[in-house]
Amino acid sequence: MNTTWRVLLPILLALLAGAVVLIFLGKDPLAYYGYVMERGIFSWGGLQETITRMAPLLLIAAGLIVAFRAGVWNLGGDGQYLLAAVVTAALAPALVEVMPRALTLVICMVIAFVVAAIWSLLPAFLRARYGINEIVTSLMMSFLGISLANVLVKLFFWDPTTTVPQTRTLAIADRLPRIFGSNIHIGILLALVVIILVHLLMTRTAFGLKLQIVGASPKAARHAGLKVGALTVVTFALSAGLIGLAAAVEILGVWGNVRADWNPAYGMLVVPLVFLARLNGLAVIGFTFFFSSLMIGGESAARRIGVPQDFVLLLMGLVLAFLALVEYLDHRRRQRLGA
Amino acid sequence: MLTQPFLVALLFGAVTAGVPLLLAGMGEQISEKAGVLNIGIEGMMLLGAYCGFVAAYYSGSFALGFLAGGLGGMAVASLVALLCVRLGLNQIVIGIALTLGAEGLTALLHHFQFSRTYPRLDEAPVLALPLLADLPILGPALFAHNPLVYVSVALVAFLGWAFRHTYAGLNLEAAGVKPAALDAAGISVVGTRIGAVLATGFLAGVGGAYLANVGAGLFVPFMTHGAGFIGIVLAMLARGKPLWVLIGAALFGLSLALTTALQVAGINIPTDIVQMLPFALIMLVLVVFARHSVLPAALGLPYERGER
Repeated sequence: MNTTWRVLLPILLALLAGAVVLIFLGKDPLAYYGYVMERGIFSWGGLQETITRMAPLLLIAAGLIVAFRAGVWNLGGDGQYLLAAVVTAALAPALVEVMPRALTLVICMVIAFVVAAIWSLLPAFLRARYGINEIVTSLMMSFLGISLANVLVKLFFWDPTTTVPQTRTLAIADRLPRIFGSNIHIGILLALVVIILVHLLMTRTAFGLKLQIVGASPKAARHAGLKVGALTVVTFALSAGLIGLAAAVEILGVWGNVRADWNPAYGMLVVPLVFLARLNGLAVIGFTFFFSSLMIGGESAARRIGVPQDFVLLLMGLVLAFLALVEYLDHRRRQRLGA
Repeated sequence: MLTQPFLVALLFGAVTAGVPLLLAGMGEQISEKAGVLNIGIEGMMLLGAYCGFVAAYYSGSFALGFLAGGLGGMAVASLVALLCVRLGLNQIVIGIALTLGAEGLTALLHHFQFSRTYPRLDEAPVLALPLLADLPILGPALFAHNPLVYVSVALVAFLGWAFRHTYAGLNLEAAGVKPAALDAAGISVVGTRIGAVLATGFLAGVGGAYLANVGAGLFVPFMTHGAGFIGIVLAMLARGKPLWVLIGAALFGLSLALTTALQVAGINIPTDIVQMLPFALIMLVLVVFARHSVLPAALGLPYERGER
């Protein structure tokens, strides 16, 4: 089986299994998938939204690739994302009053990066120092971060002119600039540059190689004289920081504010994408486009066809499970051929 | 503040909130002992909650609801058994996939069945223990609960005994610490682990069903809100001792129950702050007892005969 099939097969199987679920729910799968494609890719408005949505997803993917390649399971993305988003939304409208827009946007992104990175320090330290499983700790910090983000919005950054708790809104003119009169903001360019840089960092530099050794075998890395603990902390911070950057781009480019209880929960959804791409930063761009169009199309379909967005969640679970299964079968087939 | 109604509400709530954690924690403990890191337990609880609610709603029987919840959890667990234990796929990846899938599936089914009506169950049946239930404060708080609560506590004692004094318990431990030795003794490592994973699924599913049917009285999408993950932490800190899972579950139950109890006492703290409590507590416990959490040597590794 060649690489294309190993990647396409899980997606096709997931779409097929999803179709069975749709039929069971009394919906026409062809109409649903057709409408999703039409809205997500083949209409100009939808395509612009799809590309816009790709920006945060790509940056999260970049964060996950750094972590997973180094053998660090940073599953706390949602908390890191929301905290960075709230801090960005609180800062931007205030900063833009005293400094130029370009400077405001850059400073907000840097601070978002730092805030998210700080939120990953405790799990990183516990893993580096005591070997405590970071899946559990980063998840706990994620729940903590989601609640803390809500507390910040409700108690500290609540815009007094609104009735529902939300932060002040960054004026549309002050947000990230658009590309050539379209609705797509320049966040997507930043995301593309970052994902390519991350790919080069992990595959072409000594630092990236060190992280990969730590990921492949911490024991071997220690024998080679690498500071595994320090590298783990750096990995975690970089991973979380990129996820924080994703949040800043989404707030500065699209929303302009954060409402209480807002949580897009992208963290887990991006995991299947980076595995489909085999942790390859270039390959993940294509999968992110596919997934982004699925999300945008799915949002329209939720209103039009009445299949809620949760269906996309189910699809991604199926993709991941089928991916693992196809990998396994292929591995077994090769073993048999080799033996 | 320490009035009688406040204390009763606090302790009663702690039991209600703690039982799902206890069941999930004990379930995860069984898996971890056998060397399977069950990240999918959140998905098992969620499907258990959904199945348990549907069964109890249409049959009117809470016992049937718990059974259906257990079977729902087992259904997810059987996928873990097949994919991770039998085929040796990555336990973390499959765990994430199953959690995502269960979240999506239950939210979808809920949308089509209940999102317009949001039906509720009647009050869960209560078994007041004779004599004990008449104690002041402690009686209504601890000894007037759904029978499942007492079964769960009894299970703690049973597991504590079974882990150390039965062949099944010892096999379980061997499968996690030195699977090759178990294999050499002529006992199937894969079989032992599959049994453990299915038991985990059943307990987590029952825990989910209790959460929906007794705790909330209805099913809400994503309602487990990390309970399964707390179960994983409890199992991690309990070092293989069910009693410590019970103590941990009680503590987290208390911190979860604080919201309602404070409302009874007329103190209004934003729910978001109170919701942070259990997770903050877990991080604190992990920082303080970091050196003491112990996991089996072969945890997370699939077993293949002859491999070193």
